[in-house]
Amino acid sequence: MSMPTAPLLPGLDLHPLNAAVPAWRAAVGPAAWRQAFEAAAGAGARLGALWASDERDRGRGMTAHGLIVAFEGLVCLDLELDAEEYPDVSDLFPAAARMQRTIRDLLGLRSGADARGWVRHGAWRADTFPLRRDSGGERELSAGDPRYAFVRVDGEAVHEIAVGPVHAGTIEPGHFRFSVVGERVLKLEERLGYKHKGIERRFQALTLEDGARLAARVSGDSTVAYGWAYAQAVESATGMRPAARALWLRALFLERERIANHLGDLGALGNDAGLAFGLFQFSRLKEDVLRANERLFGHRYLMDRVVPGGVSADVDASGAAHLLGEADMLEREVVSLRSIYDDHAGLQERCINCGRLTPRTAARLGVVGLAARASGIAIDARAHPSLEPYDVLAPRVWAHRGGDVAARMAVRFDELLESLALQRRILSSLPAPGSQPARGEPPREHAFGIGWVEGWRGEVFVALDIGPDGRIRRCHPHDPSWQNWPAVEYAALGNIVPDFPLINKSFNLSYAGVDL
Amino acid sequence: MYKIFWSIARAGVRTEPAPAPDPALRQEAERLNAEVLNLLGRALAIRHVDAGSCNGCELEIHACNNPYYNLEGLGIRFVASPRHADMLLVTGPVSRNMEIALRRTFDAVPDPKLVVAAGECACTGGVFGESYASRGRIANVIPVDVAVPGCPPTPRQIIQGILTAVTSGEKLALPR
Repeated sequence: MSMPTAPLLPGLDLHPLNAAVPAWRAAVGPAAWRQAFEAAAGAGARLGALWASDERDRGRGMTAHGLIVAFEGLVCLDLELDAEEYPDVSDLFPAAARMQRTIRDLLGLRSGADARGWVRHGAWRADTFPLRRDSGGERELSAGDPRYAFVRVDGEAVHEIAVGPVHAGTIEPGHFRFSVVGERVLKLEERLGYKHKGIERRFQALTLEDGARLAARVSGDSTVAYGWAYAQAVESATGMRPAARALWLRALFLERERIANHLGDLGALGNDAGLAFGLFQFSRLKEDVLRANERLFGHRYLMDRVVPGGVSADVDASGAAHLLGEADMLEREVVSLRSIYDDHAGLQERCINCGRLTPRTAARLGVVGLAARASGIAIDARAHPSLEPYDVLAPRVWAHRGGDVAARMAVRFDELLESLALQRRILSSLPAPGSQPARGEPPREHAFGIGWVEGWRGEVFVALDIGPDGRIRRCHPHDPSWQNWPAVEYAALGNIVPDFPLINKSFNLSYAGVDL
Repeated sequence: MYKIFWSIARAGVRTEPAPAPDPALRQEAERLNAEVLNLLGRALAIRHVDAGSCNGCELEIHACNNPYYNLEGLGIRFVASPRHADMLLVTGPVSRNMEIALRRTFDAVPDPKLVVAAGECACTGGVFGESYASRGRIANVIPVDVAVPGCPPTPRQIIQGILTAVTSGEKLALPR
């Protein structure tokens, strides 16, 4: 195996990081932090994540961390701080703004012009920081929601519509503030953080096993993606190496998660556009998949089936035969339903040109995952950089340029059929059981690891710091919704308010995954 | 149109019988009398509130309306406003950021009202527990009639919890 080439980010002292994908790590100062992101933006690399940690108990300072996703692989930056301020990069990568606001709420490190809180809605004092090592006694304030300064749109006949946090359907809580004239949306501003339940602090001091259970519940609809990314992070930190069969089974589970979610979304999109027939047909097919999961692997959503070091479920010959038969059935049904969707004038009328995110805006915002692929950006962590077993499976990356609801639907159809094909390939070349995984060393010193997986929604990242006691010191799970939520604000512009549920559903972003 | 009719005919009727109520899920003694429950049980309106879940429970609540479980076929439907609801179906631990919204939603439901807590986190706080940001189980914030464990609870378990809440000790004839 040849060593992967390090990305060309001038001025960085890159050290290779032991991980399932090509990755490097570099300690930087404030100026180099800014320069690295400038170079990344110039080179077409994207922002993966921003988080921070309190290292003062280790004789260091507060530290900001950044993830750059370059063509060659991942680059983790560590910026140790003397002050409580660090350079803003939201002008380069707009999605950074909310990540920086979250870092301020949780650790008190300031960056960027927007001084409004993000996850802190007033439930703890502004001068206490839950992720600082010396915190712990946040006095519970009588959860008052301080007045949040939404950006006002002034003008004749402009009025505001406030929606949420409790929405009209069975969806997660969040607040949307529309500024409208008549029915036309002039501006949409999201306010999230309602589900913030302290996951990152909960991770601290958990055993690696308990951490896996928590990671699998960051965003339930992506439990396999999170389970895998977390397991990778543990394996990356400890040198543990799962058996080949386990890696292939993880891919099987990940594709089944994609199949189930795409089936669900295609039904829901039909329903939101007025075609209830689609909801019933697709939800029936999704239920078939979930029941097979329950019967063969013991959980409808495959929660906790990916564990550090391997998997907790396997498939035998009769199970594989069932899954192959199911794949044939699903392919027939999905192809037939797709032709019905494609021919349905009413449905097409609602979806085409609705909620359009142009390729240019998508690129500027750094959108990832399925939303990016619907706006002409053909990125997919399964295809590049290589991750076993996707290096062998070679999934086809489907992209469309429309950027509208119809394009996001088309990507789902294409990916659904591709996942069924991948599932066939996995089952026909599943490595034989037997080879024992390399156990790896329980770390005696601090150990850092990362995991990166293309979930059905987009790329899921986990950064994990293990303490000398073998327990979690810091774990940051990162959802692709961080990058994509700002895009929903753009996609809604110029559309009518009644189309918003359809637009929002076409992205189907996670609230739990970003609120943490 | 022909293809739609053909698909519907080919799929056939998939709906399965509803589960029986399970009194063991009941948290509090029946607060509503049998007559009221009987009325509610025949046309129940539910408002779902996600108070901070991982969104796994929401997947299963959605599944309750797929053709296999067909919750609407039992006369039970989800409504858009708490003012139209007889029951709150609440998921998640209660995040402190959702506490006020949950209380206000509960207050907005007209009496007599029922609360079903769905999922491990709603029952006990689950893996998230109580913290600076989480109030833990639903019963820490609003009164709960029936609690349904499971991570996430299956659609059958959720429907069983809903039916338990609207069933008095006496047997209730379900419309079928």
